[in-house]
Amino acid sequence: MEFRFTEEQQMIRDTAEAFLAEVSTPAAVREAMVTERGYSEALWQQISQEMMWPALHIPEAFGGLGLGFVELAAMQEQMGRTLLCAPFLSTVGFAVNALLVAGSEAQQSHYLGEIASGKTATLAFMAPGSRPDADAIQATCAADGDGFRLNGEYRYVLDGHTADILVLAVRDPDSAGTEGVSLFVLPSDTAGISRQWLPTMDQTRKQARIVLDNVRVEGDACMGAPGQAWPALAKILDLATVALAAEQVGVAQQSLDSSVAYTTERVQFGRTIASYQAIKHKAADMMLKVEAARSAAYYAACIADEALAGRPLGSGLAEAASIAKAYCSEAAFFNAGSGIQLHGGVGITAEYDIQLYFKRAKSTETLLGDAAWHRERLARQLLDGGVA
Amino acid sequence: MKLSFSPEDELFREEVVSWLADNLCGEFEPIRFRGGPGDEHSFVEERKAWEQKLAEGGWTCIGWPKQHGGRAATVEQQVIFNEEYARAGGPGRMGHIGETLMGPTLIAFGSDAQRERYLPGIRAGREFWCQGYSEPSAGSDLANVKTRARLDENTGEWRINGQKVWTSLAHESQYVFVIARTDPESVAHKGLGFFLVAMDQPGVTVRPIEQLTGTSEFNEVFFDDAVCAADDIVGAPGEGWKVAMGLLGFERGVSTLGQQMLFQNELDEIVRVARANGAARDPALRQRIAEAHIGLRIMRFNSMRMLSGGGDDGSLQKEAMIYKLYWSSWHRNLGKLAMDVLGAESEIVPEAPYGLSRLQSMYLFTRADTIYGGTNQIQRNIIAERALGMPREPRG
Repeated sequence: MEFRFTEEQQMIRDTAEAFLAEVSTPAAVREAMVTERGYSEALWQQISQEMMWPALHIPEAFGGLGLGFVELAAMQEQMGRTLLCAPFLSTVGFAVNALLVAGSEAQQSHYLGEIASGKTATLAFMAPGSRPDADAIQATCAADGDGFRLNGEYRYVLDGHTADILVLAVRDPDSAGTEGVSLFVLPSDTAGISRQWLPTMDQTRKQARIVLDNVRVEGDACMGAPGQAWPALAKILDLATVALAAEQVGVAQQSLDSSVAYTTERVQFGRTIASYQAIKHKAADMMLKVEAARSAAYYAACIADEALAGRPLGSGLAEAASIAKAYCSEAAFFNAGSGIQLHGGVGITAEYDIQLYFKRAKSTETLLGDAAWHRERLARQLLDGGVA
Repeated sequence: MKLSFSPEDELFREEVVSWLADNLCGEFEPIRFRGGPGDEHSFVEERKAWEQKLAEGGWTCIGWPKQHGGRAATVEQQVIFNEEYARAGGPGRMGHIGETLMGPTLIAFGSDAQRERYLPGIRAGREFWCQGYSEPSAGSDLANVKTRARLDENTGEWRINGQKVWTSLAHESQYVFVIARTDPESVAHKGLGFFLVAMDQPGVTVRPIEQLTGTSEFNEVFFDDAVCAADDIVGAPGEGWKVAMGLLGFERGVSTLGQQMLFQNELDEIVRVARANGAARDPALRQRIAEAHIGLRIMRFNSMRMLSGGGDDGSLQKEAMIYKLYWSSWHRNLGKLAMDVLGAESEIVPEAPYGLSRLQSMYLFTRADTIYGGTNQIQRNIIAERALGMPREPRG
């Protein structure tokens, strides 16, 4: 049993940390987050072409680096630590995983190759006001000769207004729940697609609304068999959830680190406030949360690796993803919220960065199911089955 | 990262499982799942017999070096043994203080004569030890020990005077290891000695402490000119603190997965109750049961990280530093959850006058978890100061 980074994984993590410290500075984050696009195109080119990060776990046959999910999680954690503004989670966590799980060889070869060479992508599945389960899929698909016609509206699509490639979840018009679900992959400039940026409370990650108005696609845009895509989509969402949980570890870690640094500098009553037990005990609780969160996220990353490779341990993906997301969501929120408290008055100013982490903590908590949603998913498994 | 055990370790696991299946039965059937924390007063004689059974099979002291009667089992194998032992319902170990604390201390710091005298009895499951550290005025502040040891110049023996408290299984043990002040003028952690003292002598009196459960795992131990042979001091006079701290380092987490298996048994029982009495349909309780499940799974992942050795920066193991605070808080919450799942029935004691059910006893005893072995407050100080580098408390 070696539940720790290999030397190579450690190196990848350290490289990501060093690179992001250079490029994802607080100034860079603040500059990118106020734009509608939400990221610097030059930086994305650097990330995708120089660092080759989007290609990280794309197989070598499709122009990728052929690394695993643990490496992806290590990188995602560092991105969370610096609040990197880039379409990485949408492109890699959602779309690359979608192509790896559900894409045909032709789709993989075409789109993974495009992503490896710098294109961005995302996945859209949620209707307005929905929660992230099968009922969220309300956009429809109807056969039209050799192809299909797609109609409907999505919200909460990460980087949906800028992505070059879209993976869309739709359903047969008379279906419900997990039945009749299909996945399509297509260029975002396909006729009939309109996309609109939605301003978000967490400005460091962009969301969009996408409307499909009689979008005509060929049969070869369908991923897998029409109407049979729910198991694949469930797996894709679980994989994205694991990547997101790793990002939350980074948010939780930086919230702790910046709070320790601040309280060590700040002097009141003649002492640095970090010397008071009231402060130390809060910081200790934050460290407990982030370390436990890290254990959960990396365990889930190992399981995600097994799931992508189709090995037996991979059957635990849904459980591992829910455990990680439930815990990491609360850890990130607890640490960022406690971080504001430890910063005192400056914690609620726009000038200090802790507020940005607080907002990222909340947006990541909501995304792909909050802690209560994941606990209920686990409760069904624990409490509602046959005889225990 | 790799999650699975090696094929050799899996073979070892099979050996453990099959030995337990063949031996933890018949006369030992009644003590399965008994004698754990909060239940240590039960089946004492049977559990002592079981220790000898384990010893015959070569399953005591498996982590010790072979020359001292152990198997030199790897950390992974010790983890596997503890996990399978708990899964099979192996009773609370009477010999754990001797095996995990006294033995390793003698192996590291003891003389050859001390090893020859004391290790075989521990290994054979025939001689039991208890721990004489805490005192009425030395709890979290362990260095504030007042018990004194004085060399009697006429007999050449040590004479020990003072009082220890919170001594588990003192009334069932033949020996106690004691830290006591060899230099009466000394303060704090200087001037202490580490002594091996026989319990069966006129100078030692044991008084049980009745706990909130109505049972007595813990005791007070009074030393009134108790005798200790001249060479029953480990290390030199004045080195007691070094030996005592070294001893605390021997608990390297190999028992954690076994402990978690006990927790799993408790959680499983709570799930059974919830399904039977309808609590499993209550949305708020469903959330809490799932939270307990999540917490226990992460405890396991955390242990796997801890046992794989090394934090992310290869040196400081942060996941090890949070372990006590994490499990004790989790377990205390589990106790409350058990009562809330039982609902009105949680108040009713199954046997008059005060024979608590396992869950009731667990609920009450988990209040001790966040206190013994370093309170949660002390744990937070340690985490903040040693792991996060925040300024140390001024010492008065």
